[in-house]
Amino acid sequence: MPFSIFRKAKVPLKSAVESFLEEMKMHARSDAPAEVEPSWPEDIFEILQRFDVRQVPYVPDAGHSQLIERVLGERSMRAVPLTTEEEGVALLAGAWTGGQRGVLLMQSSGVGNCINMFSLTQIFRFPFLTLVTMRGEWGEFNPWQVPMGSTTAGVFELSGIKVLRASHAGEVRDVVEAAAGQAYNACTPTAVLLSQRLIGAKVFVK
Amino acid sequence: MSKANLLERRSVVSALLEGRKDAVVIGGLGASTYDIAAAGDHDRNFYLWGAMGGAVMIALGIALAQPTLPVVVITGDGEMLMGMGSLATVGLQQPKNLSIIVLDNEVYGETGGQASHTGANTDLVGVAKACGISDSRAMATLAEIKAFAASMQDLTAGPRFASIKIDSANLERVLANRDGTFIVNRIRGALGFSPI
Repeated sequence: MPFSIFRKAKVPLKSAVESFLEEMKMHARSDAPAEVEPSWPEDIFEILQRFDVRQVPYVPDAGHSQLIERVLGERSMRAVPLTTEEEGVALLAGAWTGGQRGVLLMQSSGVGNCINMFSLTQIFRFPFLTLVTMRGEWGEFNPWQVPMGSTTAGVFELSGIKVLRASHAGEVRDVVEAAAGQAYNACTPTAVLLSQRLIGAKVFVK
Repeated sequence: MSKANLLERRSVVSALLEGRKDAVVIGGLGASTYDIAAAGDHDRNFYLWGAMGGAVMIALGIALAQPTLPVVVITGDGEMLMGMGSLATVGLQQPKNLSIIVLDNEVYGETGGQASHTGANTDLVGVAKACGISDSRAMATLAEIKAFAASMQDLTAGPRFASIKIDSANLERVLANRDGTFIVNRIRGALGFSPI
């Protein structure tokens, strides 16, 4: 990407931005398990490509690290790291207005941050799709994750967003494909919850 | 309450939009949306009546999707404060076609004129600059605003950010369209996209 516009900046922003993206990629790699990577994130990536998804806003989560790495490496997709998840809802409304599809990647704790901005899915009736990695369930170690993880599905439903869930690697493809289909073809705002059972509970102490 | 020598918001917005050409213009909820409507309804006007803090992000989504069009946000200090993180997100993406203008009256005018942070401790130009939007400035004269309006058409040098301290007088509301699907589909139609 050309960053020549930074001539006025005191700090060389070009390298700042590039090193940020480099770091994101390294971070994604280092979070990936040392053993064989699961194939379901690749299934999701293929579906996003097939549906011509172009903007991918995200707040990082370990469960999304493999998918984020794929998006960062794909020229047809624009990865947009966010400071808070609600930014992603607004970004996707703008993307649709400008003729592009997007998907918001976040963790269950971020869903609560979005509540007022979810109103845009009703007001604009645009093709909203979000993929949410779940915390606070299935062997959770950290009690602070449990309250929001327990209300994630309810928050979506109360906000008028359809909820689908995948709990096993073998069903991720079908579930995400159905979600993308109804979101992009029928403008039905949809969230896919990727269960902690699928991702594995985070290990704090070995 | 009015202060001497501050610009009046409607004349500022008229000057900004006079030569808008193909620009898509996003108005933050409240007075900014009324100001944009007062300057003249347009197929490419994106009026917000809610989603406080979301104006810059909606604009970023459009700017990334349409890099050959100028995209302009006009919003207030309260709305910008609620979405301050979005300046960091814009600073990272560096969309060259995005211009952000804050009409800063230092109060929440829509809710009774309560003081905002910009009248006391918060310098939004400094925030934008520190977030990596190197072309960030304060403007105080119509001449500066007209020069900035011309620069909004330059798709090689954004993102840019400008804050204008304006008179805090509440003006008569000019009600814009408030049907979201109409607003979005009208812009999409102007850009050549069909309904699903």
